[in-house]
Amino acid sequence: MSTTLLLVQVLNGLQLGVLLFLVAAGLTLVFGVMDVINLAHGVQYMLGAYLMVTATALTGSFWLGLPLALVAALVLGLVLERLVIRPLYGRDHLEQVLATFGVILFVNEGVKMVWGAAPLAIPMPDALSGSIRLMDGLNYTVYRLALLGAGLLVAGGLYLLVTRTRSGMLLRAGASNAPMVSALGVDIGALFAKVFAFGAMLAAFAGAMAGPILSVEPGMGDGLLILAFVVIVIGGIGSIRGAFVAALLVGLIDTLGRSFLTDLLKLVLPPSDATQVGPALASMSVYLLMACVLFFRPRGLFPAPA
Amino acid sequence: MVWGRDLRRAGLAAALGVMLPTGIVLPLGTAMADPVKVGLVSTLSGPSAVLGQHMRDGFLLAVKEMGGKLGGQETEVIVVDDELKPDVAVQKVKGLLDRDKVDFVAGVVFSNVMGAVVKPVTGNETFLISGNAGPSTIAGAGCSPFFFSASYQNDQNHEVLGQYAQQKGFKKVVLMAPNYQAGKDAIAGFKRHYKGEVVEEMYTQLGQLDFSAELAKIAAAKPDAFFTFMPGGMGVNLVKQYRQAGLADTIPFLSAFTVDETTLPATGDAALGFYSGAPWAPNLDVPANKAFVAAFEKEYGYIPALYAAQGYDAAKLIDSAIKATGGKLSDKEAVRAALKKADFTSVRGNFKFNTNQFPIQDFYLVKVGKRPDGKVETMVDEKVFSNYGDVYAAKCEMK
Repeated sequence: MSTTLLLVQVLNGLQLGVLLFLVAAGLTLVFGVMDVINLAHGVQYMLGAYLMVTATALTGSFWLGLPLALVAALVLGLVLERLVIRPLYGRDHLEQVLATFGVILFVNEGVKMVWGAAPLAIPMPDALSGSIRLMDGLNYTVYRLALLGAGLLVAGGLYLLVTRTRSGMLLRAGASNAPMVSALGVDIGALFAKVFAFGAMLAAFAGAMAGPILSVEPGMGDGLLILAFVVIVIGGIGSIRGAFVAALLVGLIDTLGRSFLTDLLKLVLPPSDATQVGPALASMSVYLLMACVLFFRPRGLFPAPA
Repeated sequence: MVWGRDLRRAGLAAALGVMLPTGIVLPLGTAMADPVKVGLVSTLSGPSAVLGQHMRDGFLLAVKEMGGKLGGQETEVIVVDDELKPDVAVQKVKGLLDRDKVDFVAGVVFSNVMGAVVKPVTGNETFLISGNAGPSTIAGAGCSPFFFSASYQNDQNHEVLGQYAQQKGFKKVVLMAPNYQAGKDAIAGFKRHYKGEVVEEMYTQLGQLDFSAELAKIAAAKPDAFFTFMPGGMGVNLVKQYRQAGLADTIPFLSAFTVDETTLPATGDAALGFYSGAPWAPNLDVPANKAFVAAFEKEYGYIPALYAAQGYDAAKLIDSAIKATGGKLSDKEAVRAALKKADFTSVRGNFKFNTNQFPIQDFYLVKVGKRPDGKVETMVDEKVFSNYGDVYAAKCEMK
């Protein structure tokens, strides 16, 4: 195991973490501010990717397609909020889970009817398709670095939005005491609708950005949704900062576990046992991390003020 | 469904033909004998629906080309979706057997579904014609006189790559598969004929999206070749990322069920030059295959994959058996003997049945290439096995 390989794997881990953060940020906002468990967040990620497929095909350009797809996702987010989420405010979490789970089934089948069941692809923009040689025989596409940059920019932007702007102030106020904000003359319904649509757009952004390296297919958001929930639970529900730290942590642990755990186990176990145990343990590693965090800090690493 | 409409039209025409000379108007139903009923079980929902779609379309194309008939008899094909859930499949198959009283059950994409339905169908003394799944249990000790495979035995496609790596003299390879039974079978299948050094054997999480950690390990290991079994969307991700990481230019990508016509629309040019093992490819130089591929593309507007070819062959196989028995399907021994002859023109060319009623056929190394019209498909590169049966047939007690 060389130092270069270790560094490459750390970079890979950070990159997976940033992708997870893009998905988890919207989820934690909606959960933290509106107290709505939105299982449909995964399909919003998927819709983002599919809208991007259509938008890039229509405009013939990644850069024109991206804003188009984001606007479409924003509009769809508003529609979903009006139709499904609004009647669920203040209701039991179980009812929210049931309703948004229904949305998953509905949208997954809908996507298959509109775009077909076969996986699709988003072409990588030419400007970012070059690559850098990281180590002997391994290239790293500029696009992946751009993805890393985009994720960090979104993280910074969200931080400024939440802590420095009037909307951010309302958002934090709404999270801690919605009836009081409403009593002060703020239209809390409109605020919630905006937060939800914004969250949907963030998820769509993640989907659109992941499209060139991942396959666009029905159900692509379902697996990621579970990881996103792990991230927000570790980070502390409602905390953007927590989501960011937790996402990087999960990305790193997952990647490093996959790369080195089997080799490490070979030092103490016979090789055939190590190849059995290693992958199983690696796929459990993020959940073990979550269990540990919950044991010592039941409200997550950075709990949002109650 | 298009064929259904055509079938009715054909039925109407036949009825009119009976009516006109005599001038007697008969109710439609009495003009026709009891139709042959075939239950087609396929996976048509969920992320793997595209595989089932290929198989269904292939099967229905064959029926349509024969005028909605199998063996010259009016045929009703009842398509059911197994949802890739063994329990759902069993329920629907029981419906086919008890309610619809089908004469044949055909199809089944996935081995876990096959494992669940094989007993209910063969136990009912109904013929089960696999359009894809070929688990080792049914090929070996659990073989049944009522089970026929129109596809292959699961290990064989992996064996093709292992044999090829051995022939090519690749000294060290890296293997990778998802961490579940089919993944482990794939690795075992590859190793059956490969005698070189396996420097790294990686098992990934089922449904994994990002392979950058694994790709870095492959680059560090510098093998002569890389073999993987990564079906569906996982494969699409892997192929794109393998290309983007620059490994495609230095380390040959050998695979099974990873690059084919179900995933190529998504990977596109990224998969060019990647290898796979299969008993068939769209450009296989057999007259029946040329006609099949052309008709399929005209009918459905996409390039057929192996699943479509096998679905097509399954329908032709059933057709041959009904023809040979003159439609007397109650005589099970006669139907079985007729099926065993495999007296049909396979799109795969060589095709006959082994003692375990799995095919003996040729296997090819196929390579992703570009057709003159710019579309990508798998193309035959070289024949790796001729008249190849599976290793489990010896364990089957049927003669």
